[in-house]
Amino acid sequence: MTTFKDVFEKYDWDTIQSKILAITSHEVECSLARPKRDIEDFLTLISPAALPYLEQMARMSRAITQKRFGKTIQMYAPMYLSNECQNICTYCGFSLDNKLKRKTLTDSEIVKETEAIKSAGFDHVLLVTGEANQIVNINYFLNAIHLIKDKFANISIEVQPLSVEEYVNLHKTGVYSVLVYQETYHRDVYKQYHPKGKKSNFDFRLETPDRVGKAGIHKIGLGVLLGLEDWRTDSFFNALHLDYLQKQYWQSKYSVSFPRLRPAEGIIEPNFIMDDKDMVQLICAYRLWNEDLEISISTRENEKFRDNIISLGATSMSAGSKTNPGGYVVDTQSLEQFETSDERSAQQVANVISEAGYEPVWKDWDKIYTSS
Amino acid sequence: MQPLIIGDKTFQSRLFLGTGKFGSGRQMEEAVLASKSELVTVALKRIDMETDTDSLLSYLQHSHINLLPNTSGARNAKEAVFAAQLAREALETNWLKLEIHPDPKYLMPDAIETLKATEELAKQGFIILPYIHADPVLCKRLEDAGTSAVMPLGSPIGTNKGLKTVDFLEIIIEQSRVPVIVDAGIGAPSHAAMAMEMGADAVLVNTAIAVAGNPKLMAEAFKEAVIAGRKAFEAKLAGTLTSAAASSPLTSFLYD
Repeated sequence: MTTFKDVFEKYDWDTIQSKILAITSHEVECSLARPKRDIEDFLTLISPAALPYLEQMARMSRAITQKRFGKTIQMYAPMYLSNECQNICTYCGFSLDNKLKRKTLTDSEIVKETEAIKSAGFDHVLLVTGEANQIVNINYFLNAIHLIKDKFANISIEVQPLSVEEYVNLHKTGVYSVLVYQETYHRDVYKQYHPKGKKSNFDFRLETPDRVGKAGIHKIGLGVLLGLEDWRTDSFFNALHLDYLQKQYWQSKYSVSFPRLRPAEGIIEPNFIMDDKDMVQLICAYRLWNEDLEISISTRENEKFRDNIISLGATSMSAGSKTNPGGYVVDTQSLEQFETSDERSAQQVANVISEAGYEPVWKDWDKIYTSS
Repeated sequence: MQPLIIGDKTFQSRLFLGTGKFGSGRQMEEAVLASKSELVTVALKRIDMETDTDSLLSYLQHSHINLLPNTSGARNAKEAVFAAQLAREALETNWLKLEIHPDPKYLMPDAIETLKATEELAKQGFIILPYIHADPVLCKRLEDAGTSAVMPLGSPIGTNKGLKTVDFLEIIIEQSRVPVIVDAGIGAPSHAAMAMEMGADAVLVNTAIAVAGNPKLMAEAFKEAVIAGRKAFEAKLAGTLTSAAASSPLTSFLYD
């Protein structure tokens, strides 16, 4: 059975990187002029040569996004269930070597957090944990989902890589979407950032979206952690991954997220700085390449950036997020994964979206489609 | 202009609207009112059934507007049937726009599952308007299964490309015993007028209005285009000729 690994191994990091740097403005103009763009056009549009075309790219991105998604932004909130983690990820607040008190929500705490998130207006929730298979495993997830499934129209999950059978179980229990980020597609650099724990297995992670796809999950979310390696080359591989998955698991939707490294307790500074211009270029390139891709913007980004990205290609946004277990009401001071940058409430963000001429959408799914 | 009859309802307007993609509920309401549409489709998945005052529905509380819940999100017949039952309960209507698209990229309708769901839902007493490819045979099969109308696509949904399926739409219109509503792909009032001139019974428009610079004005433009197209159809268009008529050069010898 083919997986993305077979595709991935046909490519070489350095060759792709050189190719991106060698793109000319003529090639950018050709890509922009095409009625339909492929992965090679994506590569062209993330090149340094495309930067002078940013305004044109932004205009095109806005028009394409409006045509496909309308003037709407889907709202969601993360709910961190646990910060237990057996991995060492040198950039993450939950890293095993970060000697801070850990917390995993109990049933009653999950219910309390649910109430807080619901009362802020949310109907779509993203469950997040670290990777601690003894405590926070499939049984824990299934129990948590049973506790909340009648409260939310749409449940996504961002946890450790699981098996096909486990994803099938999640799917049957009512999970709509699974998010799993490769962090970086640079095999050697990946090893350096993930020296210990199950996560250090690059290939197992690389093949995770294949397992999610095989399980029939409705939506698969990918991303790279921007700041670990050269964002251009990493993003090319992320797009290649999406391109492969879309053809292979054609019944699933796809989303991409753009986690830019932010300060967290006990972590290193990013190796590669990605500035706002780069970020807008990347978002627009994704949109110009892939009209149907959902583009999610989290509260890692600051207010100014988020307010302006609403109309440039974004399709979903979190708001009022807490990145620690119990962060909404149960244990507001527990260890967080990263510091959020936009600390406005959900309602404040919704107002900004409305003022931009967009409708904040709180519910765009029904559990009947995930639990029938 | 003749009224349109589908199931147990009579419509003066032959323009149906979708309610997604608008920048705000208020903007959607203005466009719907300006269009004079009497049938608007709402995605069941967008409706919040837990609260009594769903924001989307609150903008559609006008006595002349009928709601047409749709099953957008369903990937197979089973899910669509569940969704239909829920919609009937929640919105108190047995009208249903049946949408089954397992492909989330182009939202291409699944003919096999749509036929299965239509058979089941017809037995349960639904007034079914299925979204389908412009497939003349499928339309006849759906008629046999008890559909109340057919909604073939003009081009892929959301593309605004117009009537790319025109040759098949003509066959469907010619053969159909139920109303034919051209759905999806209508991007400009001229496309809507063309569909109506061909004899389509109605058109459904969403993206072209919702994403227009001025949705309200665009809704009016569609209203007028649909009326113009329908009147032209009823008036019977003069046929078009591909060349000027010469004075019988081939048969003139018969009259020498």
